[in-house]
Amino acid sequence: MARYGMVIDTKKCVGCMDCVVACKTENEVPDNLNRDWITYETKGKFPNLHQEIRSERCNQCDNPPCVYCCPTGASHISDVGGIILITSEKCIGCKACMAACPYDARFVHPDGYASKCTFCIQRTEKGEMPACVSVCPTYCMNFGDLEDMNSDVSELLQKRENHALKTEAGTKPQIYYLT
Amino acid sequence: MNAYSRRKFLKISGATFAAASVIGTASYVSKSTKLLGSEKCENGIRKVPTICNLCFWKCGAIAYVKDGKLWKIEGNPLDPLSNGRLCPRGTGGIGTNTDPNRLKTPLIRTKNRGEDAWRVVTWDEALNYTADKMLKIKQNYGPESLAFFSHGIGGNFLKHTFKAYGTPHIFAPSFAQCRGPREVGFELTVGDVIGSPERTDIKNTKCMALIGSHLGENMHNSQVQELSQAVENGASIIVVDPRFSIVAGKAKYYLPIKPGTDMALLLTWANILIKEKLYDKEFIDNFGFGFEQFAVEVSQYTPEWAYIETGIEPELIIESARELARYKPASFIHPGRHVTWYGNDAQRSRAIALVNSLLGNWNHKGAFFQPTKFPVPGYPYPPYPETTRPRADNPGKKYPWAGEEEGLTNGIREATITGNPYPIKGWVTYATNLMNALPNQKETLKAINQLDLLVSIDIVPSEIAGYADVVLPESTYLERYDDLHSSPFTTPFLGIRQPVIDSPDNQKPNWEIAKQLAGKLNLGHYFPWKNIEEYLKFRVEKAGLSYSELKEKGIILGAKKPVYIEEGLEQKFNTPSGKVEFYSAQLAEKGFDPIPKYVKPEQPPAGYFRLLFGRAPVHTFSMTQSNPILQDMMGENEVWLNIDIAKSIGIKNGDYVRLKNQDGVISNKIKVKSTERIRTDCVFLAHGFGHQAKAMKTTYLKGASDSQLVTRYQTDPVMGGTGMNINFVTILTEGV
Repeated sequence: MARYGMVIDTKKCVGCMDCVVACKTENEVPDNLNRDWITYETKGKFPNLHQEIRSERCNQCDNPPCVYCCPTGASHISDVGGIILITSEKCIGCKACMAACPYDARFVHPDGYASKCTFCIQRTEKGEMPACVSVCPTYCMNFGDLEDMNSDVSELLQKRENHALKTEAGTKPQIYYLT
Repeated sequence: MNAYSRRKFLKISGATFAAASVIGTASYVSKSTKLLGSEKCENGIRKVPTICNLCFWKCGAIAYVKDGKLWKIEGNPLDPLSNGRLCPRGTGGIGTNTDPNRLKTPLIRTKNRGEDAWRVVTWDEALNYTADKMLKIKQNYGPESLAFFSHGIGGNFLKHTFKAYGTPHIFAPSFAQCRGPREVGFELTVGDVIGSPERTDIKNTKCMALIGSHLGENMHNSQVQELSQAVENGASIIVVDPRFSIVAGKAKYYLPIKPGTDMALLLTWANILIKEKLYDKEFIDNFGFGFEQFAVEVSQYTPEWAYIETGIEPELIIESARELARYKPASFIHPGRHVTWYGNDAQRSRAIALVNSLLGNWNHKGAFFQPTKFPVPGYPYPPYPETTRPRADNPGKKYPWAGEEEGLTNGIREATITGNPYPIKGWVTYATNLMNALPNQKETLKAINQLDLLVSIDIVPSEIAGYADVVLPESTYLERYDDLHSSPFTTPFLGIRQPVIDSPDNQKPNWEIAKQLAGKLNLGHYFPWKNIEEYLKFRVEKAGLSYSELKEKGIILGAKKPVYIEEGLEQKFNTPSGKVEFYSAQLAEKGFDPIPKYVKPEQPPAGYFRLLFGRAPVHTFSMTQSNPILQDMMGENEVWLNIDIAKSIGIKNGDYVRLKNQDGVISNKIKVKSTERIRTDCVFLAHGFGHQAKAMKTTYLKGASDSQLVTRYQTDPVMGGTGMNINFVTILTEGV
């Protein structure tokens, strides 16, 4: 089975938030809520600084606490590339998943259910790229099958130094950042 | 729009009808079932190719309408500017349509200017009022006593009306408040302008230096896309900026320059390139004019001297100069875009052009390409009336290289205040907010007080609209046709902006306003076409293209021509000497330095910081803050303050403060970004926030307005631009 993931080049990213805007319109995310966001990390003392800019979202973990803790089975691992999804009809809005997520990737939709990045499943299951990837003016975002050793994402991970976020939480995140 | 499009629509299909006829209550729902533009419809989704209007880059876009509602906007893959990818502003463009502050109907002022008291009127009444006042101005003072200010291609038809009326005073702040000095500096040196989009070949470069230009925060789409390609290719990037900008984080060399000393660095770079014989000797032998005098003049500028002025370590200055030379001619200094900083900006731009010339990079791949543009014949209009009086914005050609086409906005403001060389009694603004574009708001208000007529045509009630006598609400770019779009670029192309949905209220597109106003001014014969589609079709067909194909595709490419020497282009300089003018006899003749000289900038007094302003990636000027999607991304600006300074005065990240400038002007409250990423002698804020117009309900007083704090400006003696980085602010923590 395919295992979808993202590989994001922090060297190319300018943190312009186009990914955030594209997600909002594509997925009609309500005002003041976002499924993805930008983190700017600066280290050092002026003028000797190092900066990493990351487009962040649900890490579509391989060991997803949000799925394990869900009392209704709303949070689940889908057949499409292992994407973690929420069946809104089953969700009771208990927020257990939000507490379990080390990435703070989930929020409660005004209609009462938990919501987050779906890797734009409505697009990816048709073979299209997620909205954030397809819109990015710096081409810093890559999406694909991490199981396929010949995919762009796998090749990038073999070629370039990279890291995932909060790996110590043991959730096996599937979004990688090239450095 | 008309009966024809409805009939055409009914012929398409029942399924289309069902999809497009869903009517809701929100303002962004199409009022009618008409299909607009050239469109395809599948599964209730219509796609309309058009041209973005969120900034001046004008990227090709495709708007999606789902169940009658605007859904999203993507880039048009055929467009060479966007390559199918818009910037965040363009992606958030549908928020322009849903902006809750939008002007809905024409208004006429009922009380004093600026008191925000209005009468709702019909278009007929508003245009009659405007035409009547315009005719009185013409009768009493002459047609030159009216000035028109505009921004973007949306202004083209209105420009036509005002030229037909007889005024030579057509203005855009893009010259004297933005890129004018750059165009003049390059024209004086290499005989050609940089233009828009910039003719920089970033994607093929091996080394690029940015002077204050913060690509990635200014989202000039093609440039940012190419920056990313350059990073991927391993190009060396040199960033010269008092602030550790986003692109500084990608640079091989970051030069934390003291603000206002760029000229010292540039002349020192020139000296190093010459002294170490790193310059392109063959190029200079063939195409250099006055090089020997230049070499002697710059020999005084040593890296050790420059260290004192700029604060940059001599080694770093030398290393970065060598890096530029290492990759010549695929190596360049970016000329920037907003460069009205210190009032010596044309000369600084000339220094940039000269260091570039030492690299022999003009018209070379990886540096500066020679743009080509799709040729489109104009519409055959009657000739404009001849004006009898010289322009009032630059009397006696005081500023010899002031732009003829875009004019001196600050010059016409001055003429309006003083009545010299003759009275200016009417201003009409289109899509430009002069209160925020021009420095010193008091002077702008003084000028407004002299007017018999101020008309503002816009989509939101901006600051300038608040002072207008007549406010005319325009349809947004998603609701109208505009003039054809063809920019000079690497590939010639022609694009069309076409409506995606109807205007929600009583707004009109600019072409209709221009045509109807002309009619009321007895100038109807200047608009021989019935509607804009007749005009567009005429021009497109004259260009040898199919109008229906252009509507269907949104963009048509022209035949590619050589754009570099490497592609067979011939090297050419349109200067008086036919060469690169290291020594400018033109400047000498008018009493200016023929070779750029360094002048020390004034330093902030104790307790004050130099006020710097720039761009944020999700906003354009002061025009997008009320777009609800973009406001959600960034709703207010922050003042960047060095973390050590912040600590020393007891300010934490996220605290609110006010800024007070040297003239006692106090800003609205603004959040502090306490950061390592800026020098200790300056502060920075994103331009365009802190709206002072109450009618901008959702953005009123959110963040601080740099425009309010820029009370001082230094006029560039060469071209009349307004240097605005000469203001100093102190930080107030009380009363916040």
